[in-house]
Amino acid sequence: MSTAKTFSVTLRVWRQAGPGREGRFVDYAARNVNPDMSFLEMLDVLNDELAARGDEPIAFAHDCREGICGTCSLTINGKPHGPNRGVASCQTYMRSFRDGDRIVVEPFRARPFPVIKDLVTDRSAFDAIQQAGGFITARTGSAPEANSAPVPKDVADLAMDAAQCIGCGACVAACKNSSAMLFVAAKVSHLGLLPQGQPERQSRVLAMVRTMDGLGFGGCTNQYECSAACPKLISHDFIARMNRDYAKAVFSSAFKPVAAGGGPD
Amino acid sequence: MAQLESRIPPGPLADKWRRHKAEIRLVNPSNKRKYEVIVVGAGLAGASASASLAELGYAVSCFVFHDSPRRAHSIAAQGGINAAKNYQNDGDSVYRLFYDTVKGGDYRSREANVYRLAEVSAQIIDQCVAQGVPFAREYGGLLANRSFGGAQVSRTFYARGQTGQQLLLGAYSALSRAVGSGGVGLHTHSEMLDLVVVGGHAKGIVVRNLVTGEVTRHAADAVVLATGGYGNVFNLSTYARGSNATAIWRAYKRGACFANPCFTQIHPTCIPVTGDYQSKLTLMSESLRNDGRIWVPRNKEDRLKPPASITEGDRDYYLERIYPSYGNLCPRDVASRAAKRVCDEGRGVGESGLGVYLDFADAIGRLGEGGVRERYGNLFDIYHEITNENAYRVPMRIFPAVHYAMGGLWVDYNLMSNLPGLFVLGEANFSDHGANRLGASALMQGLADGYFILPYTIGGYLATLRPGSRPPADAPEFMQAADGVAAVTKRLLSVRGREPVSHFHKRLGQILWQHCGMARNRAGLEAALGEIPALREEFWANGLVPGTGDSLNQSLERAVRVADFLELGELLCRDALAREESCGCHFREEHQYPDGECMRDDENFAHVAAWEYAGEGSAPVRNAEPLSYETVKMSVRNYK
Repeated sequence: MSTAKTFSVTLRVWRQAGPGREGRFVDYAARNVNPDMSFLEMLDVLNDELAARGDEPIAFAHDCREGICGTCSLTINGKPHGPNRGVASCQTYMRSFRDGDRIVVEPFRARPFPVIKDLVTDRSAFDAIQQAGGFITARTGSAPEANSAPVPKDVADLAMDAAQCIGCGACVAACKNSSAMLFVAAKVSHLGLLPQGQPERQSRVLAMVRTMDGLGFGGCTNQYECSAACPKLISHDFIARMNRDYAKAVFSSAFKPVAAGGGPD
Repeated sequence: MAQLESRIPPGPLADKWRRHKAEIRLVNPSNKRKYEVIVVGAGLAGASASASLAELGYAVSCFVFHDSPRRAHSIAAQGGINAAKNYQNDGDSVYRLFYDTVKGGDYRSREANVYRLAEVSAQIIDQCVAQGVPFAREYGGLLANRSFGGAQVSRTFYARGQTGQQLLLGAYSALSRAVGSGGVGLHTHSEMLDLVVVGGHAKGIVVRNLVTGEVTRHAADAVVLATGGYGNVFNLSTYARGSNATAIWRAYKRGACFANPCFTQIHPTCIPVTGDYQSKLTLMSESLRNDGRIWVPRNKEDRLKPPASITEGDRDYYLERIYPSYGNLCPRDVASRAAKRVCDEGRGVGESGLGVYLDFADAIGRLGEGGVRERYGNLFDIYHEITNENAYRVPMRIFPAVHYAMGGLWVDYNLMSNLPGLFVLGEANFSDHGANRLGASALMQGLADGYFILPYTIGGYLATLRPGSRPPADAPEFMQAADGVAAVTKRLLSVRGREPVSHFHKRLGQILWQHCGMARNRAGLEAALGEIPALREEFWANGLVPGTGDSLNQSLERAVRVADFLELGELLCRDALAREESCGCHFREEHQYPDGECMRDDENFAHVAAWEYAGEGSAPVRNAEPLSYETVKMSVRNYK
């Protein structure tokens, strides 16, 4: 068992009873915090204390607690996913804080992510963007032999860099315009880089970008807060790649029909 | 007694699946849309099944408790997926993958199911590549492989240390396409809380919306459960916090048999526990055992010394010493037990003494730090975030942790439970891994079930039903089930005791880890069978579930799941007690060879134990499905 010295912090937490309800900050003392605890474990302990004294526990989204499912989504001291670079909220450990710190905890704030309760938001807009075109159509059973189309290693590696996106929405929360361009660019680039993704490359980028715009996400003004907040450190270079693909698709679609959508099923 | 017909097709092993596919009844393409299929869960198995069934034309509804299907815990699988492609020219084949899996499972799985799994494995890789899964590649652009435990060929495909994520996102993209085109109706935040059985057939489910608390009824012609494993019954595990057994447990209480519940995998390479606040354990991929060497000090006096100060001669690379031919790549159950043994001897490292070193010094010497970073960089990063230690400089400390459930709902060759119309896929079923699962086989099984097995076999069942014959969702069976769900919620909220749900979950986990973990014996299991019902009673008398049932209430969600774990935990111990042998993960101390290896009893226990619910307060019935090995000769597993 850990023998690390424990400490105390004050949490200023956003409490909101439900969607569209008025929210407010409430202060809580977290005592006996062990530096080896994760931020979420600290909240677990606090929640059990709150329940024991008849207060309602703080709702927060979490699941895998190893930084890959993309569920956790806390804004800690104004930063989506907290103070450390390249990690999700669930991988933020209390050793990043000091005795006596006041820590402000908020949900991911963005108009397209309405608050469901306390620190939990509705990010289904991301699913809607994926459904519009974030795929390669490959009916089960129709695939050719896997090694029939070689992919140069550097291309596969770059596609993997983009494909790492965990769909958490920190990029949106970090952006003053609530832009989802890093999220969309990651998927567009991942699939557009691969030979398998070429047939739908134009229809994909048109459908995803138009859906993104329709859902109320803002545009990119090149501040790159998104890639700084991204727990997988996905590069904003992918946004330039997407813009290029989008411009090309818009231009070509003016001359030949490009359906914005998955095409006929 | 339940009817357990395995429905394994006749004929030679290698021809069974091909013949069966040719003989399964088909559903007319224009009739497919008249059949409603409910899929619960959208991990690898659920998402691949939903997408594939929708492509065939069935009317599919997919229910997930997460906010998005992309969150399912398949996403956390790190190391890879096996396939018998033989791209390495190292002698791999369908037969060898089949043989390794059967042997790895310590001869407690069905030959025919495992052979089929190995057979479709190659097709899975084709399918995933076509979807754009960015597998690792060689410089020439062809697919790369790595080695995994329990095999002497290199057949594991991978995407850095995030293979599960990439495969799940592939299946999720196929599912998203189907949702976008209207082929699948997607229900998020929707937790299945009961199975509805009408006339002996599964005909629908009852669901609670986790955001609004609304309880709804859904009728279908078939129900597919792809809800994952039940390892969180141990509280601390490598599972996601939300992973639960509720869907399969409610199906069990409606008559589906639960097979081999005591077969739970304890993975050898996880980050050790640090404190009682801990909410989960984190896996360090088995792929690390390709290049990392596992050791403890030879002398227990050295266990707290800095590892670098312990000379080569004072180190015990115990896996290499005991199992020279497989070394650090012996199967998970064997590696975990060996770690437990050296820690029991007082040679474990770290403050708690519950840890062994996983050392990369040799690999860094051979490949350079950059080479190791390229293979495992993200795993070293995770390790650093959790422990604040740099594993490029000091060896990792690891210890076994609960990771996977080989047991699950009983299914026949068609993946259908003994309840007709109920299909069970992926980790939620019991069929392919016997008493121990080999690494990189879970992803293979989830996708095999969803892409290439269920889409064929479900047609055979649906073809026996008249289109449109499903009962309405307001039939009495549905109303009764929905009332039952509402009553359980109400009861949990009305206890208003003193102890939070986490308290009971922790205590249950401690009982199971102590008595039904890496080593089990009669006295311990009997003690657990006394303690668990008492704990359950205490939970219902003194549990504290705050809040209400008509909005998002995470305490209530957990209480519902823990209430089921408190019942399932008892069945685990009952099964472990009845299985008077050691096999794979199930190590009964009474049954071992002098060198501490598992002593199976093939004469009395070469069977699947399928437990049948007998009502509240009655002991469940243990049914046995005999396992016959026609191709592989059952022998003592030897990795030495």
